[in-house]
Amino acid sequence: MRGLPIFAYISVMWILIIIGGGLLVFIIAPISITGYGKLDHILDSGVKAVISISLVVAWIFIMSKIKNWIFQRKVSH
Amino acid sequence: MMDRPIIGIIISVIAFVTVYFTTPLLIKALAKRNMVVKDYNKPQTIMVPRPGGPSILAGILVSEITLYVFLQSVEILAIIITTSLAFFVGLADDRKVLGGWFKPLALAVAAVPIILLGAYVPHLEFPLFGMVKIPELYLALIIFIIPITGNTINSIDVLNGVASGFMTIASFALTICLVVIHNYDVALASLPLGFVSLAFYKYHKVPSKIFPGDSGALTLGAMYGSIAIVGHVEIIAAIALLPAVINSFLFLSSVKRIIEHRQIKANPVVHTEDFKLQATTDKAAPVTLVRLILAQGPLTEKEVGFIIFKLGLFSAALAIITSFMMGVKP
Repeated sequence: MRGLPIFAYISVMWILIIIGGGLLVFIIAPISITGYGKLDHILDSGVKAVISISLVVAWIFIMSKIKNWIFQRKVSH
Repeated sequence: MMDRPIIGIIISVIAFVTVYFTTPLLIKALAKRNMVVKDYNKPQTIMVPRPGGPSILAGILVSEITLYVFLQSVEILAIIITTSLAFFVGLADDRKVLGGWFKPLALAVAAVPIILLGAYVPHLEFPLFGMVKIPELYLALIIFIIPITGNTINSIDVLNGVASGFMTIASFALTICLVVIHNYDVALASLPLGFVSLAFYKYHKVPSKIFPGDSGALTLGAMYGSIAIVGHVEIIAAIALLPAVINSFLFLSSVKRIIEHRQIKANPVVHTEDFKLQATTDKAAPVTLVRLILAQGPLTEKEVGFIIFKLGLFSAALAIITSFMMGVKP
């Protein structure tokens, strides 16, 4: 079927989105920074932002590798 | 107040009829002013009027203002203002060639009314696992979502009918998802997007009688993004848009910077002798969704469009499945 690898790619993206959501809810969201007074809230948000951005970068990296694996031969042909 | 299904029917008819009847007038007006561009995927020299954004915006404004009269919600107001601002960003780009960074930055500004009106809930809802409260981060997310959805729809506007057809599928899927999660008011607000796209598709499909231009594509994309934010369905909306997201992702990961399509040095698609579309072998050309579809051999423009619609339907199904997973904890 034409475009089958793209359907597979979309499915992988969907699964990674759901897994990423689980990581955010169960690992990143419960992180709590205390002991810095008024800075607690800012530090807490900052750390969560950095981890979230790192996750997005990791997601892009994984998708890029999968893209190369699925499509490189096709495109080069 | 009238029942929601009746309001839904009224605004859907208004949205569809407005675009259906104003677009032919716009086509005539644009042709008269020589506001036409070449359709590069046709063997003959065919000039197509552009932009179709004004008729798309007319359909959205008339129907959403009617809905506002019934519901008077701040969410509808936010959708109207952000979508209108995105239209003017696109119109500026249609009239004058602007830099690659102009649209993302200007669309980020277009997102500000959503924040000022407070038409958002500052947490992200994920399927299966629940939600994350991110008050400060969510503001940044709003600023990012509108440029992303706007440019994502703009980037798939490469073949006759694709942007409007794909948007029809994605927006109706979003409406179904909003109904599934019981967000009925925003589901109503999303109906005009689907019907406007469907009415415009009549004139945009192969062979196009009009192109949406940046004003049309950005209007559709920004409205989609606004609905995702005010309807609190950001993740679901992203899933319904995955084929277009893949296109943007492939493009950006191959050119490695934000540029306009007109700045590309090598075209990802070339034509065969019988004017079918064929993937280029030029390594300097960016990888795009259309190039990937054509990697297995040449196809007509219409055939490529239908494959993109099938991908859109597949993503729409995944989005609807995801909406059923909302609020379900393992």
